[in-house]
Amino acid sequence: MNGALNELGDHIATSLPDVVTGFEVRLGELTVNAHAENIIRLLKFLRDNDACQCQQLIDVCGADYPNRPLRFDVVYHLLSLTQNRRVRVKVQTDEDTPVPSVIEVFGSASWFERECWDLYGVMFTGHLDLRRILTDYGFQGFPLRKDFPLTGYVEVRYSEEQKRVVYEPVSLMQELRNFDFMSPWEGARYILPGDEKAAGEGGKQG
Amino acid sequence: MADVELKNFNLNFGPQHPAAHGVLRLITELDGEIVERLDPHIGLLHRGTEKLIEYKTYLQAVPYFDRLDYVAPMNQEHAFALAVEKLLGCEVPVRGQYIRVLYAEIGRIANHLLNLTTHALDVGAMTPILWGFEEREKLMVFYERACGARLHAAYFRPGGVHQDLPPELLADIFTWTDTFPEILRDMETMLIENRIFKQRNVDIGVVTAGEAFDLGFSGPPLRASGIAWDLRKSQPYDGYEKFDFDIPIGRHGDCYDRFVLRLEEIRQSLRIMKQAINEMPAGPVASLDRKIVPPKRGEMKRSMEALIHHFKLYTEGYKVPEGEAYAAVEAPKGEFGVYVVSDGSNKPYRCKIRAPGFPHLAAMDFMCRGHMLADIPAILGSLDIVFGEIDR
Repeated sequence: MNGALNELGDHIATSLPDVVTGFEVRLGELTVNAHAENIIRLLKFLRDNDACQCQQLIDVCGADYPNRPLRFDVVYHLLSLTQNRRVRVKVQTDEDTPVPSVIEVFGSASWFERECWDLYGVMFTGHLDLRRILTDYGFQGFPLRKDFPLTGYVEVRYSEEQKRVVYEPVSLMQELRNFDFMSPWEGARYILPGDEKAAGEGGKQG
Repeated sequence: MADVELKNFNLNFGPQHPAAHGVLRLITELDGEIVERLDPHIGLLHRGTEKLIEYKTYLQAVPYFDRLDYVAPMNQEHAFALAVEKLLGCEVPVRGQYIRVLYAEIGRIANHLLNLTTHALDVGAMTPILWGFEEREKLMVFYERACGARLHAAYFRPGGVHQDLPPELLADIFTWTDTFPEILRDMETMLIENRIFKQRNVDIGVVTAGEAFDLGFSGPPLRASGIAWDLRKSQPYDGYEKFDFDIPIGRHGDCYDRFVLRLEEIRQSLRIMKQAINEMPAGPVASLDRKIVPPKRGEMKRSMEALIHHFKLYTEGYKVPEGEAYAAVEAPKGEFGVYVVSDGSNKPYRCKIRAPGFPHLAAMDFMCRGHMLADIPAILGSLDIVFGEIDR
């Protein structure tokens, strides 16, 4: 299984050397990394090339890594029904750089890209209908970004005086509590309160 | 002849409409009664499931999957469990796999019963829903007897299933698989050759195989267009390769084919259920790796080790190795996929839910163009739309 995927990855990488930046096979899944500006060429190749034959675009989604210069991943999942294989394509972008829309290659991309724009604020050029899709009419912000708070900024209620639904800033009876249950002995990535003193004295171990 | 001024008009359909199968708002642009353009507005049931999962441990994330496609909750959990197991490299014992297959098929029948009967209701047949829901209720009881809840099961967990089945349950399910086909036959005789039903469905919303690929179809709508593709056969998971069943396919890709195909899928599911019950082995139902699956309460009363494991798993949870995995199951509505990115902590870094209904609904505009206004509910019904999974 992994051998065939490695072979396919090699084939894609050597056929489009200026598009693909690398590939990796892990857990029986092939991931191809590419430059965002060439995504249309890559997906066309994956669809039309004899060795790939990816007839379907299963999913497009975003992912946010705020610590990277190009903070967003746009992840495409493709499926070949004839080869019974899946290919994942990943490209990177930031808030200001749009990614070319792949609607011309796969019609199903339209709503997936709208969703990605709605939740992450990733722009797509060539998409004729890049409206919000899942969030409310007139919603502000991009809720799936890591810097967007879980509770959001506004809440709605029905106002008896105005006879309509009104938007108000979120007010919580109790502050949102995010419990951290990660064991401090295994792999927690923070300094326990008090530990900084030990480091200050030359890291003496007690 | 007097001048007649013709004009197109826009019609708002929903968001609260019995034939909208939930909260769907359709902005239709009509020329007389002919649909010229259709713009589905979704998101009225958006709850931010994917964001919430990022703040929960892997075990706490399971119940969110019940709330997606609430018609067949366990099938959704199945995809999440498979994705997490893939990342963990965890094996499910054989009995656990059989129980999962059995309940996934119960979910499929429950889903198809709801879809077929409401589809019939949308095009004017009232009786099937009354018969179908009686049977569906029995399935909900089977759900309840296995996990304690009719809908919010939280039964398929990473590593296996939550608990073993009570002793008489398998025999009762087997009896049901013998009595149920009669009701199915009644429903079939009432609808399949019914003139009105055929007039409303045949050649409505036709999708060819090539279009189905482009639109990202999966599941029954894809198979109705003549593509023999079922993840249970092509990419078997949890031992589906051991079962003997057929994949029905349609020929015309219209609403009628999609309806008949689901009817046949129910029969095949019954076949799988019978095999699963007959061949179910004894043994554990969940992985015995105590770093993933918590011990049962009885064990905790005697073993200190078990008590520690229980405490750790229900507070910290388990850490999943860094990496990403996509796992898909053949849910009743089509390919339900979960893409999990783990950063090595006890919470998913990103969990994308690929709902099969999402691309299906996106195709509504394409499928309805040129059809009459009254065909919209028929097409919508044949696509099997549930907003829990589309809006997430």
